[in-house]
Amino acid sequence: MSRHTLSVLVENKPGVLARVAQLFSRRGFNIDSLAVGETEHPEVSRITIVVNADQSPLEQVTKQLNKLVNVLKIVELEAGTSVQRELLLVKVRADRAARSQVLETVSLFRARVVDVAPDTLTIEATGTADKLDALLRDLEPYGIKEMVQSGMVAIGRGSRSITGPVLRTAAAA
Amino acid sequence: MSGASALVRSLEALGVDVVFGIPGGAILPAYDPLFDSEKVRHILVRHEQGAGHAATGYAQATGRVGVCIATSGPGATNLVTPIADAYMDSVGIVAITGQVPSGAIGSDAFQEADIQGITLPITKHNYLVKSGAELPRVLAEAFHLAATGRPGPVLVDIPKDVLQAQTAFSWPPTLDLPGYHPTLHPHGKQIREAAKLIVSARRPVFYVGGGVLKAGASVGLRKLAELTGVPVLTTLMARGAFPDSHPQHLGMPGMHGTVAAVYALQRADLIVALGARFDDRVTGKLDSFAPNAAIVHADIDPAEIGKNRAADVPIVGDARFVIEELVTAVAGEHAAGHRADLTEWWRTLNELLDRYPLGWEEPPDGTLAPQYVIKRIGEIAGPSALYVAGVGQHQMWASQFVSYENPCTWLNSGGLGTMGYAVPAAMGAKVGQPDKTVWAIDGDGCFQMTNQELATCALENIPIKVAVINNGNLGMVRQWQTLFYNERYSNTDLGTHKHRVPDFVKLAEALGCIGLRCENAGDVDKTIEAAMAIDDAPVVVDFVVGKDAMVWPMVAAGTSNDEIMFARGMRPAFEEDEL
Repeated sequence: MSRHTLSVLVENKPGVLARVAQLFSRRGFNIDSLAVGETEHPEVSRITIVVNADQSPLEQVTKQLNKLVNVLKIVELEAGTSVQRELLLVKVRADRAARSQVLETVSLFRARVVDVAPDTLTIEATGTADKLDALLRDLEPYGIKEMVQSGMVAIGRGSRSITGPVLRTAAAA
Repeated sequence: MSGASALVRSLEALGVDVVFGIPGGAILPAYDPLFDSEKVRHILVRHEQGAGHAATGYAQATGRVGVCIATSGPGATNLVTPIADAYMDSVGIVAITGQVPSGAIGSDAFQEADIQGITLPITKHNYLVKSGAELPRVLAEAFHLAATGRPGPVLVDIPKDVLQAQTAFSWPPTLDLPGYHPTLHPHGKQIREAAKLIVSARRPVFYVGGGVLKAGASVGLRKLAELTGVPVLTTLMARGAFPDSHPQHLGMPGMHGTVAAVYALQRADLIVALGARFDDRVTGKLDSFAPNAAIVHADIDPAEIGKNRAADVPIVGDARFVIEELVTAVAGEHAAGHRADLTEWWRTLNELLDRYPLGWEEPPDGTLAPQYVIKRIGEIAGPSALYVAGVGQHQMWASQFVSYENPCTWLNSGGLGTMGYAVPAAMGAKVGQPDKTVWAIDGDGCFQMTNQELATCALENIPIKVAVINNGNLGMVRQWQTLFYNERYSNTDLGTHKHRVPDFVKLAEALGCIGLRCENAGDVDKTIEAAMAIDDAPVVVDFVVGKDAMVWPMVAAGTSNDEIMFARGMRPAFEEDEL
């Protein structure tokens, strides 16, 4: 099994996310990560899904997704030809003694501090899953009090857009 | 006008002539303008499940979209089984449900159920209507989705306040389906590839599924079959797509298929699947299915291609266009002198057809053979009648022993295997085809699930005929207990023999039908003829048959098609040892 990132363009309508998520669980797929938001066109939303799957079941679930009436287009984004990012917020113990070391880690990972309390720092970081894992490993020894992570979002490199042709079709229909 | 009037006006504009349903609180506003409609006939059923299967039967018999209506909550959840049934068999129906008022949604209001959520995985698409202004568009889209591409059920859930509020009505609406583009015309290159394989294969077979009927492609199929000389198999969903009397027809493949059909698939070097989906009941154990066959798989649904069996030549398209273009491409290959000799293949298959015909042994206890009853119904009612089966032994016998010559004359629940399908589906079929004789061939188990619709038939003048193949048991389950559970008959005796509860003749009469009974072979013909002579009331015939008859041939669940048994403990002898 290998990790795949699917960009799914859907109509921005109520319940579409439920249709997509339900289809994955019904066909026996576990979603590793999911992120959804509007695109440059308000009537189109973009769902980025990361799944662990073999090629042939992945093809099947992609075809089934394509059958959803509200799904406009599905593109698999390869790691090498796309930019993939997750967002992490983490509240780490950092009393006076530890604070400077924590801040050093923060700057090493080009993360930033977004909230300060007497005994904790809240850190914001973006990056690939690997980078965020590495940051967390470095912060672990100080004591992680709480953390939250977004799903991955991804966009293809280069000047081509995956949304253009879809929106033209949508307008024509 | 009100949203309710917009709903009824939309149905009228969509050409709906009949809807099956039951009113209730949330859908009540719709029933007021429906009362006045001169175009839409509403048939008041006795259970929403009956409305759903009736819509399916209507759709399968006419090729048009069937419509059922129910109220919110339990009304809607009672539609779940027929919706799932229509989904599995790709039948275009539209289910309209009332919903609690918009403001109450999510509050666990009286008779509230999230029917949109419940039916997500069993509909082609579904809607929760937000305003009356949306209604014409949503309904037009629902009908378009139900009928086109791979057909399927579409549910439209309408909150009560949307039905009550005033709205403007304009027709026709503009469909807004930017993500829906079914592929109808196949890719030329794929057709040419397929044609090359067809003319060069030595052991080819056409594996024909329900998609051919849905596409109205029977005539084209016959042309293609006769042009190529290739043997044809029709699945349970495709019986009637190719005439049973045609010499190239090997019958039905699968768990209870003919020996010749199952053998043909297993030994084929080329399987051309047309609107079929390699269901487990056809393939048997998948990894030993047709080990040497190249696969051409044509289907309108790209997700079916490669789902169970990898395709060497995938063709996405409507079966009618696929077949038409194959005819042209194959004719081109023939003109270029490419044509394989199928004499040897046909010699083997004809031998199997001769040696292992479908048949049965007379029950040693002198009871009436169910197969005989069904065969005689088919012979007396003839190939222009419609036959609608429930699920179980009687269904398999009805598929095996009635000779189907015409498309859309055989209706059954193939994918979901819904017991109780027959009576309401026959009702819907008869409404759609009032001039045809419609026989429901039902089991005593199935019949007890949905027979209340006979009251509907009696009062609405829908004179269907029901043959209850009454063996006193859940026959197919009993057969499995006989074969796989050491004859331990746990909970399969329904008591319909032992106690004659219910008495089907009295039950029929109580429901406003004519009840007949037949208990021996000598009376079968005259009982069927008596039933055929009645055309002003529904008829129920209680055929009391033996309980030990079994459906053969059989490929046991989970085993290879190579393990097909012709009768109990009897494997067919094939000339080639490797099978």
